[in-house]
Amino acid sequence: MARKTRGAAALAALCAGVLLTTAACGGSDSSNDGGSSGGKTTVTWWHNSNETDKVTGGGKAYYEQVAADYEKAHPDVDIKISAMAHEDMLTKLDAAMQSGDMPDIYMERGGGELVSHVEAGITKDISDDAADVISNLGASVAGWQVDGKTYGLPFSMGVVGFWYNKDLFAQAGITAAPTTLDEWLTDVDKLKAADIVPVSVGVKDKWPAGHWWYYTVLRSCSQDTLQSAVKSLDFSDPCFVKGGEVLKQIVDAKPFNQGFLSTPGQTGTNGASSLLATGKAAMELAGHWEPGVMAGLVKDGTGLSGDKLGWFPFPAVDGGAGDPGAQLGGGDAWAVSKDAPEAAVDFVKYLLSDEVQTGFAAKNMGLPTNPAAGSAVKDPAMAQLLQVRDSAPFIQLYFDTAFGTNVGNAMNDAIVNLFAGQATPQQVVDATQKAADQE
Amino acid sequence: MTETATAVSGHDAPVARRAQARRAPGRPERPAGRSDAWRKRLEIALFITPALVLIALFIAWPVFYAVRFSVYKWKGFGPLADFVGLDNYRLVLQDPDFLHAVGHNFTIVAGSIIVQLPLGLGIALLLNRKMWGQGILRTIIFVPYVLAEVVAGVVWYQLLQPQYGMVDAILGKVGLTPPEQGWLGTPEYALWTVLAVLTWKYLGLAVILFLAGLQSVPEELYESAQLDGASWWQVQRKITIPLLGPTIRTWCFLSMIGSLQLFDMVWILTGGGPAGATTTMATYLINQGTKSHNYGIAGAASVILFVIAFVMAILYQIFILRRDTQDESRKARKKVKA
Repeated sequence: MARKTRGAAALAALCAGVLLTTAACGGSDSSNDGGSSGGKTTVTWWHNSNETDKVTGGGKAYYEQVAADYEKAHPDVDIKISAMAHEDMLTKLDAAMQSGDMPDIYMERGGGELVSHVEAGITKDISDDAADVISNLGASVAGWQVDGKTYGLPFSMGVVGFWYNKDLFAQAGITAAPTTLDEWLTDVDKLKAADIVPVSVGVKDKWPAGHWWYYTVLRSCSQDTLQSAVKSLDFSDPCFVKGGEVLKQIVDAKPFNQGFLSTPGQTGTNGASSLLATGKAAMELAGHWEPGVMAGLVKDGTGLSGDKLGWFPFPAVDGGAGDPGAQLGGGDAWAVSKDAPEAAVDFVKYLLSDEVQTGFAAKNMGLPTNPAAGSAVKDPAMAQLLQVRDSAPFIQLYFDTAFGTNVGNAMNDAIVNLFAGQATPQQVVDATQKAADQE
Repeated sequence: MTETATAVSGHDAPVARRAQARRAPGRPERPAGRSDAWRKRLEIALFITPALVLIALFIAWPVFYAVRFSVYKWKGFGPLADFVGLDNYRLVLQDPDFLHAVGHNFTIVAGSIIVQLPLGLGIALLLNRKMWGQGILRTIIFVPYVLAEVVAGVVWYQLLQPQYGMVDAILGKVGLTPPEQGWLGTPEYALWTVLAVLTWKYLGLAVILFLAGLQSVPEELYESAQLDGASWWQVQRKITIPLLGPTIRTWCFLSMIGSLQLFDMVWILTGGGPAGATTTMATYLINQGTKSHNYGIAGAASVILFVIAFVMAILYQIFILRRDTQDESRKARKKVKA
């Protein structure tokens, strides 16, 4: 579903089982790359929707159904699915890329990662084979294009914003979601006055802290500055430091849960998502995956969800050069490895069809990219998020993905230092630039 | 397996026959030496091959690869093409994060020995006296060491949670204010907290080793000391601790190497954070390798970690453990004089 959801949703005990299963799958399917057995073309497909749900069957069952439908229509194709937990999938993909023994269809998150995969000749150019789907998806595909060629078809895209507990907001006397940073800071004070922890954040996992800096920079820098920085990896524009200063202002207001520096993002009973899910914190900055993550962390039906869960976009920042409507987001795309059979591309196109995307949206597996499936999103908070996404003038891909793992990781480390009061906004930019210069 | 089994039984039979042959009178002695040596070699080869293969596959090959990666700039996929020589080593050694990590490792090395040695020795001396509940106390002290490091880490992580953890709750009950970010979340305390958990975890090993060492101190020495009217304290200081020397030095060596390679506990408790306050060389190289995909830098860092551990091990052997062998030769000389 989302880039960072799976590892969280899977509990430790579950993980062991999943590892066993995926290890077993890996052994059997890796030898079948692009091969054909018994006159059939075998297509291997790795995905991370491995959740099962007693009522709907969950994403795993849905994708099995999708593959079965496709096989029925194309009797000469055999789809081999490996469903795994998100973190396990990333580890296995790393290993597959090292050995060159890639699955035919796998997940790409775009940005700098995709650029280096393309440079290493791992990913297939599907610009011509999937031209019709690409034109249907429109602007969403931009994140998976390198030098004008398309290497992935995004099937889910979301934006990051604040998920909040409506009851706790009401208790603190907050009547409307804040639209500017000043209003937001006032609301934080109101929550604190009502003895409520305003915000939870999982700095231990680094990237949740990163999202804060990405947003304050997104509000401080113009679209042009950011888009050229992604290409040139030049962070000398003063707006990057200015964004850090805005974040410092937020950190200095102390809105976060106690011990946020050692709080994990999506795991454990005291992780940032758990704190929001159990009413111990009023809001959290997170992506569209948050409701799913929260549901996985608490007993069925006891967590924050439905009517009590609200969403609002990151507030505007006075004096910043960024468009207040610009959103930070990202998505997951299906990519096809270089030596995959033609049937793999055809199956990926089927995955983006109106029919499959509508089912995907109805099962709440993510936010569909096919415009025809938008109306299938029923959850009110999700629908609001989808509307913000579709009306955004510009969606900035998560910086750590956009800049590539090396720069992204160094940047996140430096942002954590800023949260800990051990780095200045200038030092965050310096550390990021230093890593970029090594590229 | 089956091959080995048949080889063994097939080997036993001729040996027995040969033995009979030797005993048989009137027969000339056969020159069995050469074929014996050949068989022995085959036997050795058969038995150590599986171990050698495993070592080659899982130790030698990865070590070779780590060294190879360390001279390339490589993101984890695609061909190894960008040869950079020793540039990765320069980057690692100039990286303040790595230097901090080395500092943390040495703090842990020194801290572990300074804290655990007197504590372990004291507990071992106490537990060596005949007393009620001795077995239970020994077990309690040793249990943390038996526990898997990850399990112990998760337990302590929960206990040390700010706000909800047991440690802070108890401190709060007795009127103390725990640090706002929690023990693991405050950069100034995090490393010391990790050290405290490590002490809890590894004290058992020291105690058990020292207890074992104490058993080898001859009873007569105590008896004669008692006859001479030595106090308990004098006995410990003049007899027990000196005779425990070799054990203590061996334990220090194990503790030192363990501290240099420290990874699991830190990874679980803090992940190297907050703000890099608890990074070790091992967490640094994992962070660079699997997190940042700088496999060349991770390779260089692992080679540097190996060199540091190796040099320290050699120096320790030369300057400290050698005394034990000298001690023995001196003892031997003394015995001869007596």
